[in-house]
Order: sequence, then structure tokens, then C-alpha cells
Amino acid sequence: MRAAKSTSASKTQNAVAFINARLIDPSSNRDEPGGLVIKDGLIADIGGHLRRNAPEGCEVVDCKAHVLAPGLIDAQVFTGDPGYEHRETLKTASHAAAAGGVTTMVVMPETNPVIDQVALVDYIQRRARDNAIVRVHTMAAMTKGLKGEEMTEIGLLKRAGAIAFSNGKSSVASARVMRNVLLYGKDFDALVVHHTEDPSLSQNASMNSGEIATRLGLPGVHKAAETIVLERDVRLVALTGGRYHAATISCAESLDVVRNAKAHKLPVTCGVSINHLTLNENDIGPYRTFFKMRPPLRRDEDRAAMVRGIGSGDIDIIVSSHDPQDADDKRRPFAEATDGAVGLETLLPAALRLFHSGELPLLSIFRAMTINPARLLGLHSGRLVKGAVADIILVDLGQPWVVSKDELRSRSKNTPFDENKMQGRVLRTLVAGETVYQYGGGQRS
Amino acid sequence: MTSAAARVEALHFPHRHLLTTEGLGASEINFLLDLADKAAQSNRQPQMKSDLLRGRTLINLFFEASTRTQASFELAAKRLGADVMNMNVPTSSVQKGETLLDTAMTLNAMRPDIIIVRHRAAGAVELLAQKIDCSVVNAGDGAHQHPTQALLDALTIRSAKGRVSGLCVAICGDILHSRVARSNIDVLNALGARVRIVAPSTLLPAAAGRLGAEVFTDMWKGLEDADVVMMLRLQRERMESSYIPSTREFFHFFGLDQEKLAIAKPDALIMHPGPMNRGVEIASTVADHSRSVIHDQVEMGVAVRMAVLEALARNLPKQ
Repeated sequence: MRAAKSTSASKTQNAVAFINARLIDPSSNRDEPGGLVIKDGLIADIGGHLRRNAPEGCEVVDCKAHVLAPGLIDAQVFTGDPGYEHRETLKTASHAAAAGGVTTMVVMPETNPVIDQVALVDYIQRRARDNAIVRVHTMAAMTKGLKGEEMTEIGLLKRAGAIAFSNGKSSVASARVMRNVLLYGKDFDALVVHHTEDPSLSQNASMNSGEIATRLGLPGVHKAAETIVLERDVRLVALTGGRYHAATISCAESLDVVRNAKAHKLPVTCGVSINHLTLNENDIGPYRTFFKMRPPLRRDEDRAAMVRGIGSGDIDIIVSSHDPQDADDKRRPFAEATDGAVGLETLLPAALRLFHSGELPLLSIFRAMTINPARLLGLHSGRLVKGAVADIILVDLGQPWVVSKDELRSRSKNTPFDENKMQGRVLRTLVAGETVYQYGGGQRS
Repeated sequence: MTSAAARVEALHFPHRHLLTTEGLGASEINFLLDLADKAAQSNRQPQMKSDLLRGRTLINLFFEASTRTQASFELAAKRLGADVMNMNVPTSSVQKGETLLDTAMTLNAMRPDIIIVRHRAAGAVELLAQKIDCSVVNAGDGAHQHPTQALLDALTIRSAKGRVSGLCVAICGDILHSRVARSNIDVLNALGARVRIVAPSTLLPAAAGRLGAEVFTDMWKGLEDADVVMMLRLQRERMESSYIPSTREFFHFFGLDQEKLAIAKPDALIMHPGPMNRGVEIASTVADHSRSVIHDQVEMGVAVRMAVLEALARNLPKQ
């Protein structure tokens, strides 16, 4: 399902050696000085022996001791393609991805129309192939129109290339429908990705329930709304044996549920958005709508629990939950503003905050954005090993910079990190050995 | 704070807008209440008009229906000699077409001096104030704040009791959806009162205990030794969302009748921001009781709004 532009030109290219790098590869627990050689879009060789010397005949790139890591795999990206192209297209999202070091993105079915039919999966794949500069995979809807009522054609959709099945930003309220999706999906080894938030408890809610919501006079949703659905789903997984992934958990109680399910050897995994690792409800301050999202930002205790979950491996993956929204839909009274924040370009720098603050080791951060999502989704990328596809990023861990929303490549500018200081940025992004982004050097279009 | 410092600070109200009561100090509040006292006195004279706001333009921008608050602001502004324009924006047309900020920019271009805003959404007035050049007064935003109501309630209590400090005030009813309760808790606390909130748990916000008031779910206990009983309006749509089973049951446990009133101090004041649902949160006999100051609240409302307009006008650029 490769969606990057044809790489046939690179098939005959000379080998390129990246030397003098710090190699980071969670799949092999590698963190050492070295280098690698790319040939025909694959990693032809890798190791400490390539630290100083490149094989003869290679084009040589001196990495100046910066980090070479697998390209990031972002399992939750919303675009507006099709239907809301003014927010984001596959093309603009892919440019944002490339600049953020994301070489594979999974796009969500919450478009107009909803991606719930074979022809629409095919449409996304073709649009991506022709327009996107990184790999794009399609998450298909698990129920028709994301209404939570009728199951989609999971078998045919999977055959058409759907990588997993989601109900977008809403939970399937009916336990019966959810059971059937898991049970039927199991026959096709389908991965069911679910946003867990009880719709009746979260109705009209615009932020986390608690002191801040109380003071601001905003209707809040308690984190129990998340945990209730998650616990129900885990029971259904125990019943059906279907493969289940909680899309973005946000509180310590949910982490307990997942940990417990894993202890019982259930096929349950979970993810967390970068926002819930680096922000909390205090950031909302005086009704800042750019911090309005689903699940809502919680208390800092919950954020810290999410970080520990990444460290312990109980939380499997980190997603950007990139969700472009029109400024007009954000510049409204808080309760009436849309949810969501863009995140592709700030995913890695924001995650590196946790490294610089000493909260997480580098390998844990990269593991949750490379090999773990690769294994979850059955992809061959996400690792720096001999013979793997050369989806690679070069990262300067220390470079300081300030986020400016106007410089974002995303068509929408709703970032919660505007004017934030960051440390670390992507210098170069390669998909199948071909450079799709280079810092300061523009990018391929 | 020393009394000298308080007096120096109290010489003016150093704010461009009145958006919230959160963070207002006793000196600022007392300054406004003193001004309002004078306004209340002059309002009882035959010649009540002044020209403090002559040449100033005030816009009443109400996105949510209101009779008394809007009329009160209009009267207050007119008594100070301002030109007043009323704009009632039906909720539906705003949702469909013009955004709140478009409306704000349009009004801004008309160059008013003060805009009074009521909106159904919490934070809407603050958002508007960020985009507008003139002074903004919050006349109620969602379940967030209603500053002039809290000020007029404080003035009513101060006028009737001679002080606010040390009094025990029980605010009863739908606290969850009440902007009046939130603003009142701030103002009464700042003035040194002991504040209680009394409601069934379904009508209390999640962190009710963090608001600065003692929380009661039993009205018989909540009214013990109360100097002031402040009832809130129960909105009928709350019943459809299963917050309470029926108005009958609500009245039985949380409605103010003679029996529950008897638990409060014998000279306790009875207050209600209006409009009242007689027989739902308050019995008719209690509403019309000799200790009821509900009509004083309306009178103090005009005076307090005059004080607020005067205080803000002092900070406006000179004409």
C-alpha cells in the first residue's frame, strides 16, 4: 500500500551512506554511534563499522553525530480529504508529516463521505499515491456512516487495503454492535480501534470534569465516561477474542484497565495522544479553545500517569491525533468551538520534551512511535535493520526553536503549541530512501 | 491589607471591563457598593437624572432573552444620560450565520463606549471583550458569571443588615447551572460572609467543594443559623435531563416554604434573583413575606448598574 510517489528513479540510484550518526532503533534496542547504507530504497547495511567510513562508490552524508532513527508511524491522523479540503488534504497533511518526521500516517475515516465503502478506501489510496509524499494507510469505518448501528463490510474493506477499523471520534454505544464487530472482525484478523467515551455521559461536555470546569461554568465529562466504555470493550474482547486497540486513553484508571487486560493475555493494546502526554487541563486557562479536544485534557496527575504508561510499555503507541480545524470553528465560545488540534509537525519535538525533562528515555519515546505501531498495524517499516525499507529520519535532539503557527505546513493552524519553545527538530526525512523533507532545504513537492 | 491602603485603592475601580467577580477585592467591591448607595438615594429623589454619561453610547447586546436585566441596564444608562441602543440577537440566526466575532466587529465599528453582553455560552463575553475596543460588562455568560447580580445582591444585604461580613448566606437550588451562584460566592467571600450552597447532588458542580462555600445536600441542615436565604431559579428543562424527578419532589426537599424558613434565623432575609417559579423553588407566602427583599433586589439592580457604568466611564478615554 505504498503511497509515496513512485520511487522507481531511486531503484537504480547509487548507494548512499549516512555516517557519523547516533543510531537509535528500538526494534533492536540499538543506541550507538554508527552509520547505515541505503540502496534501492532499502537499508543495505547498518552498524558501528559505518561510523567513520563509507563503502566505496557511495554518496556520503555526514550526520554530524545527530540521531538516525526509523521514520515515525502515526496511527491517528484526521484530514479533510474528502469533503473538508479547506481544513487539510492528503497532500498538505503529508507535507506536514514529512516535516515532522512522520513517514507513515494512518488517516481516519471521519471525512465526508465517511470511509465506509470499498470504493472510498480505493479513493484514499489513489489520492495518496498521486499527492502524498509519505506513506498513507486508510483506517476504515467499523460502522456505516460511523453511526454505531450497522457493521461495514469489514472483509472486503480489509481486502481493499483498510489497515484497521475505527468509529472515528465517537464510541459505539451499543454493546451488541461492538460485540459483533469484534466477533466478525476476528475472522479477518481485523484490528478494531475504538475511541472510548460514553456518549450519554459526554453529551454537551466540553472539558474534563473538575474544579476548572466548575469555575469556568463549563459542562464537564468525568473520566469515568472513558473507563466505562473501555471496561465494557475489554469484557467483549474476552468474550470474542477480537483484536482491540483503545485509540487514545487519557487517565490513570483507563491505564489500569488496559494493564489488567494485558495481564490476562487479552489481545488489547492502547494509544495516547501527544497532547495528553505534554498538556493538562490547566492549559485551557481563560477558555483557550485550541486546547479543546477529545478526550479532553485531564489533570496533571493523569498526564504523568500516561507518561509512566509509555515508560512501562503498558501504553503501546503515541499518536499525534492531528486534527485540523478551521480557525473560524475554533474562535467561538468554548462550549461551541470544535474539538481537535493539529500535531504532525510538533509530534516529535513535543515528545522530546519528555526526554529533555528526564521523564522518559529516548528509546521508549521512539519505540512508541516506530516499532510498536508497526507491529500493531503489521507494517514492515519502523525499524532500522538490514533489509528493512529505508524510512528514516535524521534528528537534531538539541536544536532550539519556537513554534509559529504561520510556519506550519498544515493547512489549518490550530496548534496548542503556538509560540512554544521546543528543543529538537527533524533535519531530514526519507521515505524508501528518498529525501522528502530537508530542514532549511525545502522539500520535494 | 491595612485600612489606609484599602482606602487608597478604593478610590477607583481600576478595570476596563467587568467580566467576572473572580479576583475582585473587598475594596473594589465596596467602592462600587458605595457608589451604588449614592445612586440608590438619588433614584428616590424626584430629579433623578444626571449627565455623567452624557454623549456616551451604550449598547445592550443580548444573545439570550432577558427582560429585567436588560431593562435594568437600560434604565441605569438613561439615568446617567447615556444614549442606549438595544440589540436582541435571536440565538438561532447567530448559529446559522454571523459568528459572535463578526457581530462584535460590526458593533465595534459603530464606536460605542460600553457594551453590555449576555450570551448562553460560558466565556463568550470574555472572547468578545478581547476583540472590542470599548468597555464590556458581562450581563451573564452561560453557567459562568453574572457580576452585576452578585453586586446587587451584596448591596441588598448590606442595606438591610448594615453589613455583609460575618453573615451566613445560604444559596439554594440549581447551583450546577447557575452563574448567579458562582458570582455570589466570589463577592460574598470577598466581603467576609460565610457562604453555603444547598442543592441535591445532581444539581451541584463536580468540584462544588472547591468554590469557597460549604456544601449541603440537606436543606434543613443548610438553613440552620442562616442570616440570608438566597433561592435560585430552577429551569424546567432540568427535569427532562433527569437531574430531578419532579418539581413536586424538588419543592418538598429544596423549595423554600414556611417550615424550612423557620430553620433559618428569625430575622433571615429572603432573596431570589427572579423570575420566580412560585411553588417550585419558593412558596408564594414566602416570596411575599415581610422579610422578603426580592423587590429591593430589583431596585438595587438599577443602582448597582449605574455604579458600574459610572466606574467604567471614569476609565474611558476623555471625549
